[in-house]
Amino acid sequence: MELTFYVAAAVAVAATLLVITCYNLIHALLYLVVSFLAISVVFFTLGAPFMAALEIIIYAGAIVVLIIFVIMMLNLTYEDVQHEKQWLTPGVWVGPAILCLVLFGELIYIVTTDNTAASAVRAVDAKAVGLSLYGPYVLGVELSGMLLMAGIVGAYHLGRQKKKVIHRFLEQEAAA
Amino acid sequence: MESGLLLAGILFMLGLISVLIRRNIIFMLISVEIMLNAAGLAFIVAGSHWAQPDGQVMFIFILTMAAAEVSVGLALILQIYHRLKTLDSDAANLMRG
Repeated sequence: MELTFYVAAAVAVAATLLVITCYNLIHALLYLVVSFLAISVVFFTLGAPFMAALEIIIYAGAIVVLIIFVIMMLNLTYEDVQHEKQWLTPGVWVGPAILCLVLFGELIYIVTTDNTAASAVRAVDAKAVGLSLYGPYVLGVELSGMLLMAGIVGAYHLGRQKKKVIHRFLEQEAAA
Repeated sequence: MESGLLLAGILFMLGLISVLIRRNIIFMLISVEIMLNAAGLAFIVAGSHWAQPDGQVMFIFILTMAAAEVSVGLALILQIYHRLKTLDSDAANLMRG
């Protein structure tokens, strides 16, 4: 179980590194799917099989495919990859990367110095999650339903194209 | 416990670096997804440490929020691309209605 966790964690970190250093958007998304699958394996080893399934279905399935659909609608070309290469010069990424690594060093310090008693993995099954979700957290479920509704309406409103107001007879006149 | 939290921290830092250094607006959205996923991983690790379902419930809420956020964000990206004909996030700094 430990070995599985470490292998999946290494795969996840490597795939995420490749995502953030890739120039081509589609290649980056494929690495992102690999990263999500590896994190799903991590969830299995942590005793959360239901969340592993949700990770694959929603993140690797729905969200990434949604982004791919939008990229297909944008109709990007090889020149956009070259643009991306121009935008990502070393002068741009060195400063923020060093600052983030300092933050990460602090995080390692905080996590490793806290020596509480380690416990074995105990699986939390889907039934307990469901009972908790519709017991004490039912208000959160209703609120997330409202959030999804607002997301649907907002996405429809923002993604709508402007219709042409010219009537089709007038359009024929304008063409002639 | 520590290794799981460290993995979440590494992934969150990678997402943070990417959202700071990228100018392509779709890459920034992907980085936000990576960061949300890392936060959810931290919740799962905590829930597995105390053997409580609350961490997984929070992960479900994060998942819901990520789905709503990515749909609205992609609609905004489509509008920006149609108006400005570019994916450069610096080009969208004018806020002219």
